Amino acid sequence: MTADPGNDAFVVFDHVQKSYDGQTLVVKDLNLTIGKGEFLTMLGPSGSGKTTCLMMLAGFETATHGEIRLDGRNINDVPPHRRGIGMVFQNYALFPHMSVGENLSFPLEVRGMGKDERETRVTRALDMVQMGQFKNRRPAQLSGGQQQRIALARALVFDPKLVLMDEPLGALDKQLREHMQFEIKALHDRLGITVVYVTHDQGEALTMSDRIAVFNDGRIQQLAPPPVLYEQPENSFVAGFIGENNALRGTIEQLQGDKTLVRLGNGELIDATAVNIREVGQVTTVSIRPERVEFKPELMPAGAHTIEAQVRDVIYMGDILRARLHVAGQDDFVMKYRNTLGQVKLSPGQTIRIGWHPEDARALDPV
Amino acid sequence: MAKALDPHAAIVTEAGGLDEGGTLRTADGRPLRSALARSSRRARRRAFFLVLPLLLFVLITFVVPIGQMLQRSVKNEGFSANMPQLSAWFHDNPRGTEPDDAAWAALAADLTAAAQARTIGVVGTRINYDMPGTRSLFTSAGRQARGGIEPPYREAILEMDARWGNPRLWSVMREAASPYTANFYLAAVDRTRDDQGDIVSAPAQQQIYGKLFLRTFWLSLAITATTFLLGFPVAHLLATLPMRQSNLLMILVLLPFWTSLLVRTTAWIVLLQQQGVVNDVLVWLGVIGNNQRLQMIFNQTGTIIAMTHILLPFMILPLYSVMRTINPSYVRAARSLGATSWTAFRRIYFPQTLPGLGAGALLVFILAVGYYITPALVGGSSGQLISNMIAMHMTQTLNWSMAAALAALLLGGVLILYWVYDRLVGIDNLKLG
Repeated sequence: MTADPGNDAFVVFDHVQKSYDGQTLVVKDLNLTIGKGEFLTMLGPSGSGKTTCLMMLAGFETATHGEIRLDGRNINDVPPHRRGIGMVFQNYALFPHMSVGENLSFPLEVRGMGKDERETRVTRALDMVQMGQFKNRRPAQLSGGQQQRIALARALVFDPKLVLMDEPLGALDKQLREHMQFEIKALHDRLGITVVYVTHDQGEALTMSDRIAVFNDGRIQQLAPPPVLYEQPENSFVAGFIGENNALRGTIEQLQGDKTLVRLGNGELIDATAVNIREVGQVTTVSIRPERVEFKPELMPAGAHTIEAQVRDVIYMGDILRARLHVAGQDDFVMKYRNTLGQVKLSPGQTIRIGWHPEDARALDPV
Repeated sequence: MAKALDPHAAIVTEAGGLDEGGTLRTADGRPLRSALARSSRRARRRAFFLVLPLLLFVLITFVVPIGQMLQRSVKNEGFSANMPQLSAWFHDNPRGTEPDDAAWAALAADLTAAAQARTIGVVGTRINYDMPGTRSLFTSAGRQARGGIEPPYREAILEMDARWGNPRLWSVMREAASPYTANFYLAAVDRTRDDQGDIVSAPAQQQIYGKLFLRTFWLSLAITATTFLLGFPVAHLLATLPMRQSNLLMILVLLPFWTSLLVRTTAWIVLLQQQGVVNDVLVWLGVIGNNQRLQMIFNQTGTIIAMTHILLPFMILPLYSVMRTINPSYVRAARSLGATSWTAFRRIYFPQTLPGLGAGALLVFILAVGYYITPALVGGSSGQLISNMIAMHMTQTLNWSMAAALAALLLGGVLILYWVYDRLVGIDNLKLG
């Protein structure tokens, strides 16, 4: 159940700013609208302000300036326990002195719900995460993945409209994490709840989200669905933070609409799409995804510029091959190509010519 | 999810399999158990030698003296060792036998011998414990018997003092003729023996220990409660403040540890006495009139205030160490789940501090029960604890057996409380730091 993010404003951050010390802004002018039923991920490196935003939404931090609205209502002065927002914490925060059942029953108890109704709801929530038989266990007797499920069930048991998740899968191993990503996404689709998810793991963000807000330095750098974010990054930070990326430095030689020619450091010319550059002569960083680099002439678009590259090494990764190339004086250019039957073998020291579709090379702000 | 390997399966594979008897064996055929014991024996021996000095120290300075004191509480040879003939007569004749000529002769011989050996005072002191007012009887008899007593002994001794005929005195001497006695414990719980040797309540004006024990436990409880009420918020503040500020505050908490106990107690006298700072301020503020100055020291109030101050760190430190480990996200989780801050505190935060609270309360209570110097200085007469009575018996009346009996009862009471605590909370849950 993916909502159209534009049509209703369930959660709104309106010019929100946050400062802890009165000298620096941790969140600088945040404007964000989250639609009902949407799965929105706040992604960014640590210290980028994403967790602060989540804490402001949950009510544990107050906004220094601006307004946060939930379902049309200003919640700046509403204490956390009156917001009705479910939350999953990074360390799960399951109450260690209570059994699993008591943990789940707690939010219902404080809402004054009767015993029978509590029982029904707790059982239903536990079944939802396939943990029905663990009702009488203590949290310490559960594995990390099981605790994660209980934390999830506890955040959902009182039917909140909005669920916040603060890096909930950070402590799990890779395999379990991928499994839980799938389960959380399935629950979201099934229950139709709105989820705001905070993570620094871009893979997690890409697989789960309807939209991703990439945070850096207290600002949203780009807010877009995963494919747009990956294929059309709007600045060098997003290009570098999401996925693997090649960054070639050069200056703008020609500019026609969004078509541009960039001259690299060694004088070679490449085609690119202009994104956030304005004039000829400007310094730029061209971003190209490793899997969009071609080295076979028949796969390159006609008339496109190609440049010379020297193979440094080739790493065998099973499904793909990853070649590190020396391009235009830079040693960190990566090219990925599929490991198909009869694939051309590249060997270190070999000189090849590489090229790409102009749409795949994006001329961004200089790093 | 991959299933974890069965650890036992791994051991069996490593150990070269099971033999017919079902015991695990190492690769060269020795039983696994003995091989394991052998491999760890060296380390264990070294560890033992490392703790040996401490073990000896504890044994010599702690276990032996306590054992001796406990023995003293049931053993007193003051009479039996110095009055051998009369003791032998009591031994040979059962209770209820009227003292015959042999008994009077034995008494006369022992009195003379004890007077000449100058141990008659010891004998008198021993009998005086069980029958107050009799010490002078023995010392004056000793003075007169030093030159020997002429028969008929009964008449001669009764001539000295008619009180020698008192059947209660003979009953008490019979008790004292055996070096082992439970009389000190009886006295410690306000019981005594009548002429027939049966256990009865002591006369009302001599019933002091029961009240004192009750007061000691009640005051200790009150002190534990006040340290909890005062210490809990401080510990919480310490645990939640940033490290820099909490370290500074911690120094303030620990400051009492670095100041002499005597100085602190005297400071309380200066503050709390009737012409002291607190009363002066109250009078100056007009809260109380000059003739209504409060009596806050040299009574129970003084004992509670001064001891609360002294024992506060013992409550704060365990609480602090436990609170430090409580992740703030628990309370946040409770709040996000709909709990008010009070509910979150009561249902989530407070239960998690219980191990620290239990440790602090046990520590404060046990220390308070045995506290001596502060109640002695600021307690007046109504603020004295059982330890002051023990000290009095040790230093003034020199009735060490009585002191030992009182101390043993105190020790027993604390052990019972410890046991109750273990049953209710579990000693494993104790966190001292």
